[in-house]
Amino acid sequence: MKEVEINSTTLNFGPQHPAAHGVLRLVVELDGEVVERAEPHIGLLHRGTEKLIEYKTYLQAVPYFDRLDYVSPMCQEHAFALSTEKLLNIKVPLRAQYIRVIFAEITRILNHLLNVPAYAADIGAVTPFLWCFEQREKLLEFHEAVSGARFHAAYFRPGGVHQDMPEGMENNLYKHINTLPSFLDDLETLLTNNRILRQRSVDIGIITKQEAIEWGCTGPVLRSAGVAWDLRRNQPYDAYDKVNFEIPIGKKGDCFDRYLIRIEEMRESIKIINQCLEKIKPGDISVNDNKITPPKRNTMKKSMESLIHHFKLFTEGYRVPAGETYCAVEAPKGEFGVFLVSDGTSKPYRCKIRAPGFAHLQTLDHLSKGHLMADIAAILGSLDIVFGEVDR
Amino acid sequence: MLTILENKKILLEKFSNANIIINNQYIEIQVQQNEIFNVIKKLKDDSKLHYDQLIDLTAIDYPSREKRFDIIYILLSMTLNKRILVKSSIDENYKIQSITSIHKASDWYERECYDLFGIEFLNHPDLRRIMTDYNFEGHPLRKDFPLTGHTEVRYDDLEKKVVYEPVKLTQEYRNFDYMSPWEGLDNKLIGDEKPKEEKNK
Repeated sequence: MKEVEINSTTLNFGPQHPAAHGVLRLVVELDGEVVERAEPHIGLLHRGTEKLIEYKTYLQAVPYFDRLDYVSPMCQEHAFALSTEKLLNIKVPLRAQYIRVIFAEITRILNHLLNVPAYAADIGAVTPFLWCFEQREKLLEFHEAVSGARFHAAYFRPGGVHQDMPEGMENNLYKHINTLPSFLDDLETLLTNNRILRQRSVDIGIITKQEAIEWGCTGPVLRSAGVAWDLRRNQPYDAYDKVNFEIPIGKKGDCFDRYLIRIEEMRESIKIINQCLEKIKPGDISVNDNKITPPKRNTMKKSMESLIHHFKLFTEGYRVPAGETYCAVEAPKGEFGVFLVSDGTSKPYRCKIRAPGFAHLQTLDHLSKGHLMADIAAILGSLDIVFGEVDR
Repeated sequence: MLTILENKKILLEKFSNANIIINNQYIEIQVQQNEIFNVIKKLKDDSKLHYDQLIDLTAIDYPSREKRFDIIYILLSMTLNKRILVKSSIDENYKIQSITSIHKASDWYERECYDLFGIEFLNHPDLRRIMTDYNFEGHPLRKDFPLTGHTEVRYDDLEKKVVYEPVKLTQEYRNFDYMSPWEGLDNKLIGDEKPKEEKNK
C-alpha cells in the first residue's frame, strides 16, 4: 500500500484571542498556511435572552436588547419597540419618531466607529483605534445626556422614547455632528489608500450577490456584494420615509468594499441626522395613554389615577393583545428582527431575536476557504461580528 | 410593486390547499407538517414569487396542544419587497425535512431550533447543539424547562477544574401571577371567606 502523507494541521483559534472579537472558538484545518476548513463554535456567550424575556414584562424586556449587540444598543431596542407597538396597535408621535431616527443613526456611527478601527487593528493599524475612540466618547455623551447611560440606554420604549432631549441638545448635536465629516476625511487619509490595508483586504473574503442572498446576509455584507437593499429605504419605519439618503453599494464583495461601505454609511448617517434636526418640532415624545406609558412625575403627586397607573405599569405592566408579529430594522450590522408572540398577558409568550451576525458568521467557513490563516482575522473583522447578538 | 392583496391572490393560485392569511404587513401561509419542504422550495423557485432569502427559522412551544410545536420560517423576497411566514404545527416527535438544500442559511438555524426546542431535522448535514454548552442536557426554550436550568458550574479548587452541580437556589424565582389579583391567595385572609363562598354558589 502506498503511503500518503497528509500535511494537515488542526488549529484551535480562540475562545480567548484578540482577533476573535469576543468569545469565538474556531477550529481551523490548515494545509500549511492555507485554510481548508474553518468551523466556528459559538454559544460561549449564550445567556438565554429569549427565555428570560418570556418571564419579564414588555418594559422589563427592553434592557435585554441593549445587551445583545452591545456596540449598537438603540437600534435593537428599536426593533422590539416597533413590534410591541404593532401588537398594541399604536402609533408613536412624530417627535418621538424623529428622536428615534436621530439616535438610531448616532448608534450606527458609533458602531462603525468601532468596527472600522477594530478591523484596521486586526490587520495591523493601531492609530485609528485611538482616534475613533475619542470620537465615540464624544458621541456617547449624547447617549448619556438623553438616557443617563452611555451604553445600556433603555431609551426606545414601546410607545415612544423614555424622555425628551434636554434643552439645547439639538444645537449641540448639530454643531458636533458637523465636525464629523472632517474627522472621517482624516480617518480615510490613514486608511483608504494605505498600502497595507489594501494588500490585506482587497480580494479577500469575496462574497457574490447570489451567495450573499442564499446565506441570509444583510446590511453592509449584502450591500458590498452589490445589492442595493436597505430596510430604511425599502421598508421604511418611523421617520425614515421623510429623509433623503444614499445607499452605498460595493462592486466586488470583498473586505475592502465592506470597509468602504461603512465609511460611506457614516457620512449618510450624518446627512440623515442633519435633516432630522431641521425637521424636528416640539411635541409629545410618547403616546398619551397612561395604560402604556407612565404618567408624569408631578401629576403623580396630585392625582390618584396617575399613581395607580404608575403602580400597575411597573408591577404588572401592560397587557398586549394576543397575536404575532415580525418587525425588522436596519441595524448597523444588518437586518435585526424581532418575532414577537403575545398570548394576551403582560409578558411575551415567545420572543425570537433575529440577529444579523448569526447569519454572517455562518458564511465564515465559505469565505475563508483557500485563504491564508492570517486572512481569517481580516474576514472576521470585516463581517462585524459581536458575540452578544450571535449567541443571544 | 404588488400590493399585499395582489400578492395573496398569486399565492392562492399556487397553493390551493394552504391556509393564507394577512397578518399586519406580511402574509402568513399555514401548511401541513409534511408539506413544508415543498412549499418553501416552490416559494423560492417560482419566478413570480422568488422568496429567495431565509431570514429566520424558529419555533413556538405550546405544551397543551396536541401538536406541540409551531415552526415558523420567515422568508424575504427582495424582488417583490415582501415578507412571508410559513407556519406549520408539528407533533413533538415529528422529524421535519431539512431545507438546507434549498436555503444554505438554514444550517445554523435548524441547529439552533434542534438545540433549544429538540425538534429534529432529517437530512441535515451536521445536526449538533449550537447555543448551549458541550454535553448540555435538555432543550431550554421548551416551556417545561425551568428558567434557572438544572445545573450550575463553579471552579473547584481541589479538583482544579470546573465542576457541574445541581442548581441550588437560596431563594425561589418569584414569578407573580398578575392575571387576577385575588387568585393565588387561596383564601388565607381572615374575614375574606365570604366572597369566595358567594362565588361558588
